[in-house]
Amino acid sequence: MGAKQTRSEHDHQDLVEKTGFSVEQIQNLHKRFQQLSGNEETISREHLKNIPALANNPIRMQIIEAFFDKRNQHGNELGSYETIGFEEFLMVMSHFRPPTLRTTTEEKETMRKEKVRFLFNMHDTDGDGKITLAEYRKVVEELLSKSGTIEQEAARAIADAAMLEVASTNVPNMGPDDFYEGITFEHFEQILKDLEMESRMHIRFLDVNTAKVHCGK
Amino acid sequence: MQWRDPTHSGYLFRLSTDYIIEANHNVTNYIPESALLICFGFILGGIIWGADKVQTFALSPRVFFFYLLPQIILDTGYSMPNKLFFTNLGGILVYAIIGTCWNAASLGLSLWGCHQGGAMGDIDIGLLQYLLFGSLMAAVDPVAVIAVFEQVHVNEVLFIMVFGESLLNDGVTVVLFNVFDAFVSLGGGAIDAKEIIKGIVSFFVVAFGGSLLGFVFGLLVSLLTRCTKNIQIIEPGFIFVLGYLAYLTAEMLSLSSILSIVFCGICCQKYINSNMNENSVQTVRYAMKVFANGSETIIFVFLGISAIDKTIWVWNTGFILLTLLFIFVYRFIGVFFLTWILNRYRLVPLDFVEQLILGYGGLRGAVAYGLAAMLDETKVKEKNLMVCTTLIVVYFTVILQGVTMKPLVNWLKVKRAAITELTLIEKVQNRVFDHMLVAIEDISGQIGHNYMRDKWRNFEEKWMSWLLLKPSARKKQDHLFNVFHQLNLQDAMEYVTKGERRGSLEFIRNESAFIDFKKRFDEDFADAMPDIMADKADEQDGASARRRDTISSVSLEMHEQNMRGLRGADEINSHHLLQQHLYKGKKQHRHRYSRSHFDINQDENEVQEIFQRTMRSRLESFKSGKMGVAPPKTITKHTKREQQPKV
Repeated sequence: MGAKQTRSEHDHQDLVEKTGFSVEQIQNLHKRFQQLSGNEETISREHLKNIPALANNPIRMQIIEAFFDKRNQHGNELGSYETIGFEEFLMVMSHFRPPTLRTTTEEKETMRKEKVRFLFNMHDTDGDGKITLAEYRKVVEELLSKSGTIEQEAARAIADAAMLEVASTNVPNMGPDDFYEGITFEHFEQILKDLEMESRMHIRFLDVNTAKVHCGK
Repeated sequence: MQWRDPTHSGYLFRLSTDYIIEANHNVTNYIPESALLICFGFILGGIIWGADKVQTFALSPRVFFFYLLPQIILDTGYSMPNKLFFTNLGGILVYAIIGTCWNAASLGLSLWGCHQGGAMGDIDIGLLQYLLFGSLMAAVDPVAVIAVFEQVHVNEVLFIMVFGESLLNDGVTVVLFNVFDAFVSLGGGAIDAKEIIKGIVSFFVVAFGGSLLGFVFGLLVSLLTRCTKNIQIIEPGFIFVLGYLAYLTAEMLSLSSILSIVFCGICCQKYINSNMNENSVQTVRYAMKVFANGSETIIFVFLGISAIDKTIWVWNTGFILLTLLFIFVYRFIGVFFLTWILNRYRLVPLDFVEQLILGYGGLRGAVAYGLAAMLDETKVKEKNLMVCTTLIVVYFTVILQGVTMKPLVNWLKVKRAAITELTLIEKVQNRVFDHMLVAIEDISGQIGHNYMRDKWRNFEEKWMSWLLLKPSARKKQDHLFNVFHQLNLQDAMEYVTKGERRGSLEFIRNESAFIDFKKRFDEDFADAMPDIMADKADEQDGASARRRDTISSVSLEMHEQNMRGLRGADEINSHHLLQQHLYKGKKQHRHRYSRSHFDINQDENEVQEIFQRTMRSRLESFKSGKMGVAPPKTITKHTKREQQPKV
């Protein structure tokens, strides 16, 4: 047990550098990981699907997919994993780390790009680098599916309208026969420029262990 | 010349000043309206003094607290951006409560210290009275903050922090003032631990009691609007009456009246905006702005007039200058210290520049003056000195700090507020964010902000909306849906205009075509338009349908203006046709803190974009591989089919 302890601490130290979390935060997340995985080394989609609190979330499938998406691992691979280990889990979580007062402007810029990239990957399910109409429709339909007042038809129409808005603003001089393939990453970034992602896309990672407090396991 | 009724002439002054100021928009870019009004007040005061040799007018506390202040605060509560407010509530409370206590204590004690040190000469003020003075000077004033920040448009987080603080600190101010007032009456000797504990307990009672009372009144108003379908013309009246009632009830129970009316406004906004018909909502908004504007103007003018009164002037260099100095310095110290603590808990820390603006934005205003004027002369011998000092501080903050605020913000390059309306895709993305954050919080096992917010939203949708919203209003609630319908409407109009441009004018002329048109749209919108379904019986009379048609769309109006300029009368006919028969989204009012500029979604670009977009053939330009596009089963289908031969 002692040797294993030091080995995991050593790993954690690596992870601190890779992901930017603090040691306490990593330990907390590790405990949570083990809770989710039933003390195994890896988790699969089933484990995440079984979290009861997620049941109400309309886009949970997309989010669960995001954990298994290779593109979110800061590498250049495509495709997805079947199961992920703690390191991959942590990498995905690191996208939501808030900046501190000490973060420099370049670091903030990098963080922002990462977050946009994460969102983009979530929409672009086939990995071709563009969000096509079909993909966007899927996201919007899922998003609005739980809302009750909007049926699928209307959700589709909203997706269409949104895409058209993007098309018209970003590519103003298209002829009537041109194809509009889909939203590229640069377009996407452009669109979201005003949304101030730095201040919105974070969650608070606590240093104290609240894994026991949360009864949603 | 005898000017009998102050408030009557006050309104006359207001009209004239507003005219002058509006005519001089360039001036108000540099000098905030409030400062100009005070100066105008000086001039007027001088005239009155010259004419009567005695100051017949002054801002009496009673008039101020009961007739002038409530409508301003009701307006702020009603137009408060709730989500932003509650997200930052922690920080706001810290500044409001701890900050104000710190300001009061530090000012009172420092002045007393200086008094002991002899810096003020020979005045008869004891420690308790210094603390009393400190407590009335401590509070940041909402009226002044709005007046100054209105020109400046700093980013919304910064604004809400200062503004929220100025509203919520009333709880503290009221308590501190009353407590010290009671202490002063009792005299120094009778104060023991029991009194102090009573004071602390009274804070909780006053603050929470006031908020709770406001909340209850807010619910009451919402319930009321749910039931007023048949008396829509007087709906707006209820809002004002109940809002004022909230204020008075709190005053009567010695609770914090400002907190009461603020929470009344905050609580009821969503429900009354959905429940009431569009005209009523418009009326309420406009009327609130008018009253609030009017009150603000009168307050500042009277603040100016009140100065020109020889009887109240007592000058004590030490007292006045030291007060100014301490207020300024302690405000900054307080802000920096509290922000340092807050930043360790905030997700997005406030940086140094923002803290500077927060500190500099700690303006004192009429509330402080009102409280000072309420001091009892028999117990507080130096009341006049205090009143004068208060006036000087108010002038200093409103005029000097007001004028220099904008240049300072520009010089420090403070982040400004975004001014464009969100596009549809941004709205969708916002929604995606919210859900995503909740999910990540769930997965990571943390209970955070988003989790709480989500829980609240579920609760609210399930119970409160069910109770407080009209059934028809509940369906129309989804914001995305509304925006989308607006866009859809644009397409519908295009369809009609194209149709009749191509010569199918029987569209408009033929009576039976009327009905056909309506039938076609009816099935598409059957679910969402219960109101208009009810009007089916009245098809013949186009005019009456219009009268009953109470929901109108902003983009339609904008479109109307464009069209009037570019095209002819025919288009306008078809436009009116649509206006009568189609479902429209609700106007999207943007939250703006400006009194005089009241924008409603007037983003020219947005309208143009939509215009352009529907000019092209729709899904043609948007093919994505082998998509097998089934066009959505709404009006747009017709547009596409019609346009294909054209292209």
